[in-house]
Amino acid sequence: MESISFIDLTLTSALALFVVGFVGGMVSGFIGSGGAFVMTPAMMTLGVPGIVAVASNICHKFPKALVAAIKRHKYGQVDVKLGIIMGLFAELGMLVGKNVMTDIKNTYGDTGTSLYVSVVFVVVLAIVGSFVLRDALRMRKAEKQSGGVEAAHKLTRLASWVQSIHIPGTMMYFDSLKSKVSLLIVAPLGFATGLLASAIAVGGFVGVPAMMYVLGAPAIMASATELVVAFIMGLGGTILYALDGVVDVRLAMIILAGSLFGVQIGAIGTTYVQDSVVKFVMGLIMIIVLFSRFFYVPGYLSNLELIDPMAPETIAYLKLLGDITLVLALATGGLTIIVAIIKGMAEHRRKVSAS
Amino acid sequence: MSERKKTAVATAIFGVSSLVLYLLLFVYSDQLVLWAEQTRQGQKVLFLVPIVIAFVFSWVHGSFTGYFWELLGVRAAAKSK
Repeated sequence: MESISFIDLTLTSALALFVVGFVGGMVSGFIGSGGAFVMTPAMMTLGVPGIVAVASNICHKFPKALVAAIKRHKYGQVDVKLGIIMGLFAELGMLVGKNVMTDIKNTYGDTGTSLYVSVVFVVVLAIVGSFVLRDALRMRKAEKQSGGVEAAHKLTRLASWVQSIHIPGTMMYFDSLKSKVSLLIVAPLGFATGLLASAIAVGGFVGVPAMMYVLGAPAIMASATELVVAFIMGLGGTILYALDGVVDVRLAMIILAGSLFGVQIGAIGTTYVQDSVVKFVMGLIMIIVLFSRFFYVPGYLSNLELIDPMAPETIAYLKLLGDITLVLALATGGLTIIVAIIKGMAEHRRKVSAS
Repeated sequence: MSERKKTAVATAIFGVSSLVLYLLLFVYSDQLVLWAEQTRQGQKVLFLVPIVIAFVFSWVHGSFTGYFWELLGVRAAAKSK
C-alpha cells in the first residue's frame, strides 16, 4: 500500500472542520443525508489524502446518522423495518459500487473515476433534483391556496401501482407506507442507494426520493428512515476502511463535534415544518450541487484529452469555483432550514397561546 | 427538581464528559495515528479502535448536544407529526 500520512491538526483546521460539520449535520438531520459531499473536498483542501478524507468522512457519518435516527424515532418519524432492509441492500450496492470505481480507476486512472462521478452526479441530480423541487413548489402552491393547510399526503401514480403489486411470499408491511410492498421492489431501491453512495457519498439523493415517489412514504418519514440506511451503510463502510487503517478518527471526531450540534437542530426542525419544506430544501441542494459539477468537468475532459488541453491554472481555478458552489449549496440548505425553524417555532407558539 | 434544572444538570454532566473525551483525543492523538499505522501493517484487530471511539463519542457528545439545545429552548414541537 502506498504511504499514507495523517495531517497535523491545527486550531484553524479543527475550527474549519467543526463549522462545516455543524452545517452539514443540520442538513443531514433535516433531509436524511447530504452535507457529506462537501466534507471530502474540505478535508482534501486541508491536505488530507483523498482516501483518508473519504474514510474519515464515512466514520463521522454513521454516528451522526445514529444520533439523528434515534432523535427522529422519538418523534415517530422513522420506519425502522424499511430502514434496515433498505440499508442491508444499500450495503451490497456500496460494495458493488466500490468495485466499479476500482475497475474504472484501473482502466482510466483517477480522471476516469472523477468523470464517472461527475456523470452520475449530473444525471441523478438533474432528473431527481428537478422532480423533487417541482413537486415541492407544487405542494407549496396548493398549501398557499388552501390558506396554509398542509396538502394531504398523496401517492404518486407510480407508488399506487407499486403498492398494488402482489408477489406471493415477498410481501412485507411497512408502517411509513401503511401498506404491503414486495421485497423485490424495496431491494433494488436500497441497492441503488448504496451504488450512488459509493460514487458521490450521498446515497440519500436516491434513497429519499425513492421512498417518497416509488414506495409512497411521506417526505418527513422518508428523510428520517434514510438515516437508518445511512447508519448501516456508514458502519459497513467504516469497518472496511478501518481494516485498511485509513480512518483518521481524530478528524472524524472533530467533524462529529460540530455535526452533532447540527443534527439535533435539523431533527428538531422537522417537527415544525410541512412535508413540502423538506422536499424544497432537498431539491434546492441537489440543483446547486448539480451546478458545481459544470466547473469540474472541463478539467477532467482536458486531462483525458477529450478536448483541447487547458492550462493547469484554469483547471485549478474552475475546481475552486466548483468547491465554492458546494459550500454555497450547503450554506443555502442550512439557512433555509434555520429560517423554516424560526418561522415554524413562532407560528407554533402563536397557535399554542391562542388555544 | 424542576424540569429545567434537570436539563441543566444533564447538560453539565454530558458536557464535561464530552470535553474530557475530546481532551483525551488530543492527548492520545499520536497513539491513534500509530494504531492506524499498525492496522495497515497487519494488526487487523485494531480496526475496532475508531469504531468504538465513534460509538462512545456519539453517545456522550450526542446526549450533550441534545440537552444543550433543549436548555436553550430549542425543542421539538409538542405534537409530533
